[in-house]
Amino acid sequence: MIEVKNLCKRYGDHTALSDLSFTIEKGQIYGFLGPNGAGKSTTMNIMTGCLAASSGSVSIDGYDIFEDADEAKRRIGYLPELPPLYLDRTPREYLTFVARAKKIPSAQIKEQVAHVMQVTQISDVADRLIKNLSKGYKQRVGIAQAILGDPEVIILDEPTVGLDPKQIIEIRDLIQQLGKKHTVILSSHILSEVQAICQTILIISKGKLVACDTPENLERLFAGSTTVELRTEASKAEVQQIISGLSELSGSKTKELPDGGCSVRLECSGNDSDSFCRQIFFAFADAKKAILELSVAKASLEDIFIELTSAEQSDKPAAVSSEIKEEVSELIENTEKEEHE
Amino acid sequence: MNAVFRHEVSSHFHSLSAYVFGAFLLLFGGVYTMVMNLNNLLTNFEFVMGNMAFIFLIIVPILTMRVLAEERRQKTDQLLYSLPISMTDVVLGKFGALLVMLLIPLAIIALYPVVLSAFGNIHFPTAYGAMLGFFLLGAALIAIGLFISSITESQAVAAGLCFVVMLLNYYISDLATFVAATAFASFSAFAAVIVILALLINMMTKNGTISLIFAAVGEGALLAGYLLNASSFEGLFPKVMESLSLFDRFYVFVNGVFDLSAVVYFITVIALFLFLSVQSMERRRWND
Repeated sequence: MIEVKNLCKRYGDHTALSDLSFTIEKGQIYGFLGPNGAGKSTTMNIMTGCLAASSGSVSIDGYDIFEDADEAKRRIGYLPELPPLYLDRTPREYLTFVARAKKIPSAQIKEQVAHVMQVTQISDVADRLIKNLSKGYKQRVGIAQAILGDPEVIILDEPTVGLDPKQIIEIRDLIQQLGKKHTVILSSHILSEVQAICQTILIISKGKLVACDTPENLERLFAGSTTVELRTEASKAEVQQIISGLSELSGSKTKELPDGGCSVRLECSGNDSDSFCRQIFFAFADAKKAILELSVAKASLEDIFIELTSAEQSDKPAAVSSEIKEEVSELIENTEKEEHE
Repeated sequence: MNAVFRHEVSSHFHSLSAYVFGAFLLLFGGVYTMVMNLNNLLTNFEFVMGNMAFIFLIIVPILTMRVLAEERRQKTDQLLYSLPISMTDVVLGKFGALLVMLLIPLAIIALYPVVLSAFGNIHFPTAYGAMLGFFLLGAALIAIGLFISSITESQAVAAGLCFVVMLLNYYISDLATFVAATAFASFSAFAAVIVILALLINMMTKNGTISLIFAAVGEGALLAGYLLNASSFEGLFPKVMESLSLFDRFYVFVNGVFDLSAVVYFITVIALFLFLSVQSMERRRWND
């Protein structure tokens, strides 16, 4: 469907992309993941012909984006990071212009515009000026523009950035719907988002592709030891004593909490997390100290992401300090919580 | 092209600049018709067009400043790049829409000679010949304005730069006469122009080598020409400037001559600047 070969992009001395190659198959939702400045937008801009690559090629259905630009672009709908909207027009006028530019037969324009407006639920603001619309609606107008003309591939650059949680959920639902009929490629730096909607994840870091797989496979691939996190009323010294009896323990970290209790992170050398949890439970029960919270943490996409994207920076890929990991996952959890509220 | 053209025409009607452009043309057309034809009882409508031409200095920058600069600032150019249309379509569509904005007030002004003919003998061929010259002059200036709008993302910079270029074009033949008629003065003036052009090329392409080569070749050829035949340089600079000035070419029409070479010159200038605009749009893809 889409073939990206040895893509390079240099801005003067700065290399934004180096030797990026991947293939996109039909009928899936792909997620581009990477920290800010990793080259996600640059890649998308090159794939849609908005930017010229220093070297390498992009072909869509066999049509090169530069050699057969018209044919290739007809198969793509693109929503850039900032929706390219004419603010002093109404969505209907704007979409009519895009429909004409996409060479939709004039007899069908009215009908198709009405259809995409219905799909993106902007019909009720169709005749208001775009500059007066909320950010969520503007984003929808941008998506409507991208899906107009029924292109086979829809490329969305950070489609949910800057939206409120309700809008984010609505846009995600919309993308999932689109994924049933089209190939969708979206970029994001929000992991949970990509995990929730994408069937395949491409992780990009510093202009290089570092991983490309399904979220499940990535997790399985990187699932090393099981980690159990718990909160207890026992003090630090008591915790040390209790856990010293655990047979499968391979590492631990204890942090005292202001209420006198502790939060503990235990790493298990075995794979059976259930039996490890049982051991922990009875160890604490025997010591007559209650466990107030207990959770099993699997290697999440966050960990994989951090590991992969920071591997580029240091020579030792595995040597990501767990403190940074923790901090980041806390941060991500917090934002997720905010999102869902 | 059709899509961009229709979109641009309706965009112009949504913005104030097209109305300002048309209103100024009509206002000055009306004022000069009153002064020339009604008060001074002249039957030469071409003088009205001749006197009006200076108004382009002010209104062309107003009309063209946002056309491409705003696309870039609002990032809507990304839409144009990702749509299955070429940059030639975009530039031609936009230029066509700008011409419509010029044609609408001109169509109204075109009625004046007909109305005036009821009260005296109007010589229609010279009147409408001058009007055609006026339209071509406007189209050429608009093409230059369009190009200037394509090299910046700020409307204000585009308007300012466009105004300076129009002003230079308007006064260039007057200014050039200040250059002494000696061969050496002409030679120095040309040398200075080549340096300025080389600097402009450097600014636009950000490629030092190309501009250096341009400067070296240009100055070399100039020096060779001067050494071989110095006498031909006498008074050459003012002459060349006069023939380059778009306004001076237009005044030939006002004097009642239908100058075909001027028509060709206007069309060449239009084609050149539209081509440069397309190139300038294409270049953005390479080093955004």
